[in-house]
Amino acid sequence: MNVTTREAADEALTRLKRRRKASGATRESRPGWVGYSFLSLVIAVAIYPIYWSLMIASGDETTIVKRQVLALPGPNLLDNMRAVIDSPTVHFWQSTLNSLIVSVVVAASVVFFSTLSGYAFSKLRFKGRNGLLYFIIATLAVPTQLAVVPLFIIMIRLKMVGTLPSVILPALVSAFGVFWMTQYLRNALPFELIEAARVDGASMFRTFWSIALPIARPAAAMLGLFIFIQTWVNFFWPYITLKGSSATTLPVALSTLANNYFNDYSLILAGVLLSIIPLLIVFLFAGRQLVKGIMEGAVKG
Amino acid sequence: MTTTPTKAPERSVRLIALRKTLTRWDVKVTPYFYISPFFIVFAITGLFPIIYTAFVSFHDWSLIGGQGDYVGLENFRFVLTDPKFLGSLRNTFSIFILSSAPQVVLALAIAAVLDMNIRAKTFWRMGVLLPYVITPVAVALIFSRMFADQTGVINGVLESLHMNPIGWHAEVLPSHLAIASMINLRWTGYNALIFLAAMQVIPRDYYEAAMIDGAGKVRRFFSITIPQLRPTIIFVVVTSTIGGLQVFDEPRMYDQYGTGGSDGQWRTLTIYIYKLGWVDTDLGRAAAAAWLLFLVIIFFGVINLLLTRLISSTGSRGTK
Repeated sequence: MNVTTREAADEALTRLKRRRKASGATRESRPGWVGYSFLSLVIAVAIYPIYWSLMIASGDETTIVKRQVLALPGPNLLDNMRAVIDSPTVHFWQSTLNSLIVSVVVAASVVFFSTLSGYAFSKLRFKGRNGLLYFIIATLAVPTQLAVVPLFIIMIRLKMVGTLPSVILPALVSAFGVFWMTQYLRNALPFELIEAARVDGASMFRTFWSIALPIARPAAAMLGLFIFIQTWVNFFWPYITLKGSSATTLPVALSTLANNYFNDYSLILAGVLLSIIPLLIVFLFAGRQLVKGIMEGAVKG
Repeated sequence: MTTTPTKAPERSVRLIALRKTLTRWDVKVTPYFYISPFFIVFAITGLFPIIYTAFVSFHDWSLIGGQGDYVGLENFRFVLTDPKFLGSLRNTFSIFILSSAPQVVLALAIAAVLDMNIRAKTFWRMGVLLPYVITPVAVALIFSRMFADQTGVINGVLESLHMNPIGWHAEVLPSHLAIASMINLRWTGYNALIFLAAMQVIPRDYYEAAMIDGAGKVRRFFSITIPQLRPTIIFVVVTSTIGGLQVFDEPRMYDQYGTGGSDGQWRTLTIYIYKLGWVDTDLGRAAAAAWLLFLVIIFFGVINLLLTRLISSTGSRGTK
């Protein structure tokens, strides 16, 4: 763009803005029916697999072979679900409870330690601060697989294989969490507030507890939500350490279900549907926060 | 009697001094205390295992018997000459390409529509995010049946359209497509929201100026939106590289055996590591394969970073 066209553009722009102000329009046009149909199609495709499983789960073991898929959920759905819950090998309720325990403990721990570290990295001065923060960010690129073999050896030594702590322990802190809270507190927490508390004689921990923590709450809640979901759906490491034990999480229990009943797909899909209900409930109540969290994280990160 | 008045201030002076030292100590040490939990847990469950993986990879190491002899690079030699490793590398790469490229394109398209002044925007945003909360294992169990070679609904549709059914499990590329579609299902909407957030901070003036210059909707998208999204696109591609090359849940649950197909059609690197360590019970070889996977991830992460940078910078050069 050379200077004259830019000037012309600027001029045209101010003219346009004036016209816009007059008409009251502040933003671009609404999408036409093409846009809405496109989004509807995307969502329909995304939901179809769940609908399809609902129909298969409403039949019996012959449904999938005969391809006589129902159009509406049938009476067999509840029977199939009951069979999953009553299965002696799947431990459905126990697994749900285990998933809940693991996800809650991990989320709470990650939130607390991330807020603590994030506060230190964003607001306190100490030697090696930047270097240590970069180190934490760099660990994000290290795959879980790299640590899996020794982690398993450690868990054998600690006699923790097949127990929930073997899943909880490695997940207690998160590099992503530290990064997230550091970014948030850097902007959200004014230095003046900390100084005021210090002048009033508050100790370092008191300052953290009464000043930083309340301000960190919105970001901490979002972090907790994401870590909860991430832990809930996690499969690779829990599968390695929990497979075959009685203390399984839901995804591991699903793999047991799929192995034990591989010729009755109506039963398997009934179990699949049961297993996705808890997170769907979370989504119902916190979906708005999830959207907000992803979008805010994207702009800052 | 005469000593008391002098003693009291002395004591309080000492007290103040003590308090001062305590405070100074508090200020100096507390930051390290705050960040220590991360480093302690990371040292035990991250750093130590990474170093220890290298140690294990140089030994004969059985899952049951434990540490054996030092074997040097033998485990690496085994893995690198194992055709299964090379097959897994190919599969991982293929699934990764099939999932990340369409995903970014589709996510950009969804974000572009969401970025318009849409009605009920929270509804649509939540709608596209819904698949994110469905456990990958559950998705894999559903898709493995939808894509079943004989009885699946996808082949049913193809047949009703008078097309030949596809061996979604028997053949290599179709199985990769099926697995990639599961990954796309989970992450497309999520990435669309990331792109949407980045689109919303693009100054609207840019679009208005382009409109005056006579640029159409499509032209505006490619000449303004895409170049402005450059850092975000790089971020999404690099994170999906790290995640995509580790894919395990979906291929593991794609059939009831979990070995990546009878002929290893969809065996990924992580399944290969699992097979070496927990099926063949050879942790030494599994550790060697894990290190190789790490190198592959770093390699492709850097390549992708450079490639995305190149592509999106030529895009922005075109607008000037």
